[in-house]
Amino acid sequence: MVINAATMNAPNSFRTLPDERGHFGQFGGRYVAETLMPLILELEREYRAAKDDPAFAREFDDLLEHYVGRPSPLYFAERLTEALGGAQVWFKRDELNHTGAHKINNCIGQILLARRMGKTRIIAETGAGQHGVATATVCARFGLPCTIFMGARDIERQQPNVFRMKLLGAEVRAVTSGAQTLKDAMNEALRDWVANVHDTFYIIGTAAGPHPYPELVRDFQSVIGREARAQMLSRTGRLPDLLVAAIGGGSNAIGLFHPFLDDADVRMLGVEAAGHGLDKQHAASLAGGFPGVLHGNKTYLLQDEDGQIAEAHSISAGLDYPGIGPEHAWLHEIGRVEYTAVTDHEALDAFQLLCRTEGIIPALEPSHAIAAVAKRAREMRTDEVILANLCGRGDKDIFTVAHALGVQM
Amino acid sequence: MTRLASAFSRRPALVAFVTAGDPSPAATPAVLDALVEGGADVVELGMPFTDPMADGPAIQAANIRSLAAGTTTADVLAIARSFRERHPHVPLVLMGYANPMLCRGPDWFARAAAEVGVDGVIAVDLPPEEDDALGPALRAHGLAPIRLATPTTDAARLPEVLNGAGGFLYYVSVAGITGLQQATQLSIETAVGRLKAATDLPVAVGFGIRSPDQAAAVAHVADGVVVGSAIVDLVAQHGAAAPAPIAALVRSLKEAMTAVKVPA
Repeated sequence: MVINAATMNAPNSFRTLPDERGHFGQFGGRYVAETLMPLILELEREYRAAKDDPAFAREFDDLLEHYVGRPSPLYFAERLTEALGGAQVWFKRDELNHTGAHKINNCIGQILLARRMGKTRIIAETGAGQHGVATATVCARFGLPCTIFMGARDIERQQPNVFRMKLLGAEVRAVTSGAQTLKDAMNEALRDWVANVHDTFYIIGTAAGPHPYPELVRDFQSVIGREARAQMLSRTGRLPDLLVAAIGGGSNAIGLFHPFLDDADVRMLGVEAAGHGLDKQHAASLAGGFPGVLHGNKTYLLQDEDGQIAEAHSISAGLDYPGIGPEHAWLHEIGRVEYTAVTDHEALDAFQLLCRTEGIIPALEPSHAIAAVAKRAREMRTDEVILANLCGRGDKDIFTVAHALGVQM
Repeated sequence: MTRLASAFSRRPALVAFVTAGDPSPAATPAVLDALVEGGADVVELGMPFTDPMADGPAIQAANIRSLAAGTTTADVLAIARSFRERHPHVPLVLMGYANPMLCRGPDWFARAAAEVGVDGVIAVDLPPEEDDALGPALRAHGLAPIRLATPTTDAARLPEVLNGAGGFLYYVSVAGITGLQQATQLSIETAVGRLKAATDLPVAVGFGIRSPDQAAAVAHVADGVVVGSAIVDLVAQHGAAAPAPIAALVRSLKEAMTAVKVPA
C-alpha cells in the first residue's frame, strides 16, 4: 500500500527502482546459489544502513575529493566540435581520475562497505584491467589483501594493467576457462566467493550481478551525473540535449544517466560494442540478445536458443561481455534511453579523431561513445549540446591500437 | 507414493550424478544404465551450461565436453525420455542452471520435463527469493522443486528455503564448489540433525563425497548421499568405455552405505 501511494505521488519518476526484491521491471533480481544468498542479504542490510549514515557519506566524499581527485572537469571540446560541424560536444573527464577511469568511484564505495562488514579479503573480476587496477588501488590504500580474476586472453592484451595490479600488491589469477575473458573471470570470482564467504568481499566492477550490486554500483557511480548536471548548469545555464556513454556492463553510463533520468528534455544514448559487426561477433546484448539469467541477474544476454551464453567480441576488453546491467535492460524496454552499437573499426577511428583534435588519448571503451557522438553531432544543430562521458584514458590501449593499425612497436 | 519418496523410503539412498551429453549424447544412456546397475537409487542428470558457476573443475570440464559434442536441450530431454522407458521406477532429477531452463519460458520447460518422465528439478541459481521464475510451473506439472541448504543457511532463513520445496532437501555440505573439499563428519551430523528437525523431507548430503568410506559415514546420519565429481572423473578418464568402471564405483559406494546399520 505504502509503495503504491509512493508510486502514485511520483508517477513520472524513472529513479525509484529497484523494488525491494531488486527488480527493475522484469530485470535484475538475486539469481545466486543458496550459499551466497545470506551474504547478499547481509550486504543489502549493511548498504541500507550505510546510506543512512552521514559518516559513511562523509568518508566516501572525502576520499573522492582528496584521493580520486573529484570533481572531474567538464570540458568543452572546441576543436572536435568544429571538426564535426554540428552540436557542441562536452566531455565529463572521468579519465582524469586517479587510476585513469571511472571504476575507482565504485571501488571506494565498496571497500568502505567491506570494512563496515568486517571483511578482511577482497576479490574482483576484471576485463580491461581498469576495475582490477582500481580494486588493487583501494586494497593497497586500506591494507587489505586482494585477488583479481582476469581472463587469460585479457591478460595477454592488457599487460600494462596486469603489471600495475601486481605493483599495487594484488594477486592476479589467470582464468583459462571458456573464452578466457570477462565473463569467465566473473564465473571464477563467484566460485572463489562461494568458497570464502566468511571473510571475503566481492567488489563487482559494473552495475550488474545480484541485487543489491546493480543499485549500489549505480549509486556510487552517480557522482558522475550529479557533478556533470551541476557543472553544465553553472557553466551554460542549461541542461544538455543528449547524453552519450559507452556500455559494457554499463556502470559509467548509468552513473552519468541516472541523475538526469527525470529531466524529460534530456535524451540519452548508450553505446554497445558492435565488434566485427552486428551480423558477426560482437558484444551488443541489447541489439543482438534476449532476456535471460546470468551472474546473479536477469537481463539481456547474447545466447543461443538453448540459453547457452555466446562468446562476446570487442576490441575493447572492457566492453567484451555478453550481458548488460539490468537497469539498462529496463531503460531500453521502457524506451527512456536509446541504445546503439559501434564497431571496432568505428571506435578506432574515433580514438584517433580525439587524439588529434583534442590532445586526449581516450580508452577504447569511451572511443565507442565518441564514435556515436561523431555521428549524432553532425545531425544536430550548432546550438544543441551533447555531453559524453570520457570514462577512461587510453594509455593501457596503445598496444592494442598499434596492433589494430598494423604498427610495429 | 512418488518415485522419489519411494527411493528414499529405502534409505540410505544413493543419488548419482552425471552430466548429460558427456562425452556425447549417444554415450549417456549407457552411463545412466551403469548407475542403475551399480545400485543408484536416484539418478541426477546435469543439464550442460556454458557458465557453471557453482561447479568445480571436474564438472566444469564435463559441461565443456558435453557442449563441445553438440548437446542440446532436446538431447537432454531425449536422454531423459529413453531413461524413463528403460527404468520405469528409478527417479530422475534434472540439475542445472536457470538460463537453459527458462529460455523458452518456465512453463515450456516444466511441461517438457514432466512429459519425458522427470521427477524433480534442481536449479542451482534459483534461490527461494526467485521461486516465481520456475517454482510455480514445476509444481503445476507435478515436478518436485528440489531446494538446496548450505552451511550458510541459518535457522532464521531455513523456513524460507523449505517453503515450497519438494522431493528431498539437498544439503550442500561445504560452502564452496563441487568436487573439492569435504566437510567434517561432525559438521554434517550437526547440520543434518538441524535440517531434519525442521522438515519431513528426506535430507541428502552432497559436495566432496568421493569414496565408499565417506559415503558410508554420511549414510549413517543422512537419508541420502550424493556423489557427482567422482563419477564424472571416470567419464573424463574412460570416455565411451566409462560404464563398466562407473558401475563398479557405484556398487562399491552402495555396498558401503548399505552395510551401515541405520539408526531407527
